[in-house]
Amino acid sequence: MREVWQSRKGFIFAAAGAAIGLGNLWRFPFQAYKNGGGAFLLPYFVALITCAIPLMIMEYAYGRQIRGGAVKAFSNLKKKYEIFGWIQVMIPIVVMTYYSTIISVSVVFMVYSLGHAFGIINWLSDPGPIMGMVAGSAKNALDLGAGISIYILIAVVFVWIANWLIVKKGISGGIEKISNIFTPLLMVMIVVFMINAIRLNGSAIGLEALFKPDFSKILDPGIWVSAYAQVFFSTTLAVGVMIAYGSYLHEKADIVNSAFITVFLNSSFDLAAGVLVFSTLGYLVSTMGVEFTSFGTGAGVAFIAFPIAISTMTSNVVAQGLLGFVFFLCLFIAGLTSSISMLESFATAALDKFKISREKLVTIISLFGFAGSACFASYAGFNYILDIVDAYVGNIVIAGLGLIEVVLISYIYGTKELRQQANEFSDFKVGKWWDILLKYFTPLLLGAVVVTNIINLFTGLLSMDVIGVIAQIVFGWGIVLIMIGASIVFYKRKWTTSVNEK
Amino acid sequence: MSAGAIIMMVIGLGTVWGGALITILIALATDKKNKLKHESSK
Repeated sequence: MREVWQSRKGFIFAAAGAAIGLGNLWRFPFQAYKNGGGAFLLPYFVALITCAIPLMIMEYAYGRQIRGGAVKAFSNLKKKYEIFGWIQVMIPIVVMTYYSTIISVSVVFMVYSLGHAFGIINWLSDPGPIMGMVAGSAKNALDLGAGISIYILIAVVFVWIANWLIVKKGISGGIEKISNIFTPLLMVMIVVFMINAIRLNGSAIGLEALFKPDFSKILDPGIWVSAYAQVFFSTTLAVGVMIAYGSYLHEKADIVNSAFITVFLNSSFDLAAGVLVFSTLGYLVSTMGVEFTSFGTGAGVAFIAFPIAISTMTSNVVAQGLLGFVFFLCLFIAGLTSSISMLESFATAALDKFKISREKLVTIISLFGFAGSACFASYAGFNYILDIVDAYVGNIVIAGLGLIEVVLISYIYGTKELRQQANEFSDFKVGKWWDILLKYFTPLLLGAVVVTNIINLFTGLLSMDVIGVIAQIVFGWGIVLIMIGASIVFYKRKWTTSVNEK
Repeated sequence: MSAGAIIMMVIGLGTVWGGALITILIALATDKKNKLKHESSK
């Protein structure tokens, strides 16, 4: 008997928790900042309506209909397409290996924030040395002898144990229970931080930089591709997560409105993060004379800019430390609710095909995942290889498989049948426009994202030195080949579950 | 802040937060309706 979500609220919190991740905090704000400010919102909203929502409805509906994860989903279309399902569920496992090291830094910073609060170490005003100590340094991606970060390694054990404990308990006993607590807590915390950030001196400078529209850029096709890429990657689509979550829905559960809610909650977090990040950066720009991109456009914003901002918000050391602790707890929760969904994506797919206990399977995946994370805990791994793997897996493989998924499901299973199934018990219904978007519009735009990312990847190689190019080939294409190789191994093995034999 | 930035901020936040709120209210209203229907059929 397949498990089902115990409540609609639990399902939505789990799905929203999966979509809301660490990337929301820095990816959306800087995408908007670089691509026309407020004018970026237009292609962003168009992408939400024409890509994220239709795909979310499709993944929920198809997952529920076939009662299985990505492997069963593709296999159901045609036996040989099962291989795509395996590659798709390999993505979250690979992403987990490096994503968990970023979550680990949040864990380390939580501990250091408590140290700050108790007067053991005063670091929030100058987080550079602590970040340097945690992340270490290496000459390049091939400098594998540079060392390993013991801080990340210890914290990553904690992260994997947390994932293991939650996912091995299954959907209703583990993921739903945790999501019911953590996702609303995360939302409340981000709103509180956002309101606090707006109160800071100079926040208006930051909000002006983020929202001032530059409509001259709206005709640039690059902005539209960026908006579609942002929306697509931000909503955790095409990695088997939403198909797996959909497969645990009750047969009479709503699909359409739940997809709308998930996408809107994720976007609400995007916008809230934008206001939070740029209000804080505006504060730092006005008080310290730095620039908006002085802390980079990635994780540096969270781990360097925010500790500095927190240290200047109050002179009370205890309050600074506790504020820092809550902020990094917020990052940890955002990361954890996403990482459990990634682990579940592979677990659901494997449990569909192989007769194995959930506990044993999750333990095996966690051990392999931890071994992978240990590689990314090396100085070369954390500082260089992580970005290379993310660019290849995150930008190309996910979008490529998203394109394959939407084309195969739309044309083989059929959008008309799937729409009727999605509409049957939904609060409101989608019309034929959904079929048109999935069959023609979404594949076209996803194709543009894939082509653009591949072109960017190859043109990027031209500006690199020899070591950089070798590292891209070894770690970028290398990981892609490993994923395909592992997928072939799983694909070739026989189905051993009775569910499939029926 | 300029008027353009304020307008875009209001449109941006209003659309996604408003969208989330409306869809959640629809879900709550439907659940309530279904519950009432279920109770009356008992």
